[in-house]
Amino acid sequence: MLQTTTKPQTRTHFEMTCLRPSRDQLVWMYDRMTLIREFEERLKWLVETGAPVGAVHYYTGQEACAVGVCAALEPTDWIASTHRGHGHCIAKGVEVHRMMAELYGKVTGTNRGKGGSMHITDVSVGMLGVNPIVGMGVTHAVGAALSAKVRHTSQVAVAFFGEGAASSGAVHEAMNLAAIWKLPVVFVCENNRYSQSTPVEYAVADPEIAHRAAAYSMPGVTADGQDVIAVWAAATAAIHRARSGGGPSLIECKTYRYYGHHQGDDTRRYRTREEEEAARARDCIKRFREQVLTDGSLLLEELDAIDRKNKEKLDLAVIFAEQSPLPDPAELYTDVYVTEPQ
Amino acid sequence: MKSSAIAAVHELTFNQAINEALRQEMRRDPNIIIMGEDIAGGAGLAHLGFVDSWGGSLRTTKGLITEFGPERVLDTPISEMGFVGAAVGAAMSGLRPIVEIMFVDLIGCCYDQIINQAAKMHYMMGGQVNLPLVIRTAYGTRGDGKRTYGGGAGAQHSQTLYSVLAHIPGLKVVVPSTAYNAKGLTISAIRDDGPVIILEHKFLGAAARGPVPEDAYCVPIGRAEIVRPGSDVTLCGIGRMTHVCLEAAATLAAQDIEAEVVDVLTLSPLDEPTILESVSRTRRLVVLDEDTPTASMARDIAARVAEKAFDYLAAPINTINAPDTPVPFAAVLEAHYVPRPAQVIAAVLEMFD
Repeated sequence: MLQTTTKPQTRTHFEMTCLRPSRDQLVWMYDRMTLIREFEERLKWLVETGAPVGAVHYYTGQEACAVGVCAALEPTDWIASTHRGHGHCIAKGVEVHRMMAELYGKVTGTNRGKGGSMHITDVSVGMLGVNPIVGMGVTHAVGAALSAKVRHTSQVAVAFFGEGAASSGAVHEAMNLAAIWKLPVVFVCENNRYSQSTPVEYAVADPEIAHRAAAYSMPGVTADGQDVIAVWAAATAAIHRARSGGGPSLIECKTYRYYGHHQGDDTRRYRTREEEEAARARDCIKRFREQVLTDGSLLLEELDAIDRKNKEKLDLAVIFAEQSPLPDPAELYTDVYVTEPQ
Repeated sequence: MKSSAIAAVHELTFNQAINEALRQEMRRDPNIIIMGEDIAGGAGLAHLGFVDSWGGSLRTTKGLITEFGPERVLDTPISEMGFVGAAVGAAMSGLRPIVEIMFVDLIGCCYDQIINQAAKMHYMMGGQVNLPLVIRTAYGTRGDGKRTYGGGAGAQHSQTLYSVLAHIPGLKVVVPSTAYNAKGLTISAIRDDGPVIILEHKFLGAAARGPVPEDAYCVPIGRAEIVRPGSDVTLCGIGRMTHVCLEAAATLAAQDIEAEVVDVLTLSPLDEPTILESVSRTRRLVVLDEDTPTASMARDIAARVAEKAFDYLAAPINTINAPDTPVPFAAVLEAHYVPRPAQVIAAVLEMFD
């Protein structure tokens, strides 16, 4: 049971209408949320002790969003991600030791050391790329959905983006295209309230991002982004709609990032201690533990064993990253073109 | 059925040749789709009898929707950033999209998708994704003062913005000049597994007629072509400028100067060997480029030749571009904007002074 890190099968129609995850799904959700948390905490420690990992944007605090959505996806489905993408990668199934090796710029990394944190990609698990040009990944998810429709597969694409990207033209254009072409895509806005230091109330005319779904004739719902089961329920409905030809949907997850925009950002320049403490009091992992232990769906020993396993995974990931070889200097010149010039 | 062993050839315009390339490739591969603004036209109005109402601004995509249907021939809203981005995502996930950006002047609306997304995906993802994306776009003006479509379109619909594309590593940029190479380069671009941008000159569309094999064929990307052999000077042309070079060469021949004309065809990756080899024989070089001069292809070619073939040169290299100004509207101004044969002739004669 505790070895279960492969994702359980799609729910039956009955399960979906009940909107209650199975026991296996609960185990998977806890496993992935704590794996993301452990990855980011370990990474933060590495950054602060001078490890050569480049620029990073911690996902800590938002774990329920990526995990809730990906719990409702199939392995063959696609996601496109943002600069704050480690959580999406792990939730979709990218291996943490290859991610860590990428951050170290090693040839064993997901991108052979040529991408770094802001470009982690693993198309073999449907992860179309972390993308730091804010908003652009959303258009790529729409393209993957177009591909699914034209090729007559039953794949669904999810576009993760932040409330900051919601102000970009790319997101508006992508939503309109998806709506007029009825594409199987789900737009997931993780509203963590701040784009760098700029609060959503200042930057977005209507800070309820879900409202804009109406302008694109698609359903828009708000989910508690600190509650993985609430996110999963909203995602399950939207993904079902997309897969059955109903077109796109928008889910806004209200969430919070615990740390700064990037590794060097001091949040005290724009957020109060009180606000941060209030957000942490609603921590998604803490709440999940309380809930499943109270209702008896999972046992304390199970949860603790998952915690231990994920800490070991990160121990091994860091060793793997540190011991892996650097790219050969000749790699500078490889893969510029897909088809080499004749 | 063709019974002849000799490949059948028919005469087509530049635009018809591209249309034939698109059509033949779409028949071959069901994963090829084409999208852009008004590439079919009258979208959603089939119930009123309106089908294929537009066929693209230069009519290059006429008839595709009737053969391939609206699922593979997609009229888009005015959302260059959105639909080029969708094409990037689709290319990463199993399709081979061809996108039409109506005029190259509009690339500002989707420049990030081209230079940060399409161009870099394969490299920054460590080679794990292919990106079989073709972007077709119209460029240029004519500058002969005739008030036909496109000429006299002013500063935002007449540019030759290819150096800002050729500058980006990972992109292949081609500029066909004849019906023959337009078809062959378009097919090569479609079959390439990475992003290729095709710049189609507005005034070659209907003007450049020529024999084109009926069957599909490739003109290789990355090769320049010597289109007129000569011994005294090399004239390098790009797109419609190749025709200006040929006009100038004909005049120079009457004065006993044999100009060799090299049609560059691919701006990136540039075929340096063909250009260097030609200059090593003729010892003189004039490069003709409809783009503005600063950081232009003309000066890039000149710099490469100066670096690698300086010892062969009998005269300083000459580059002829449009001036460093926006494209003017008034016909009298536009006529002075676009490089002309007289400039080429004057530059060459100066080399022989």
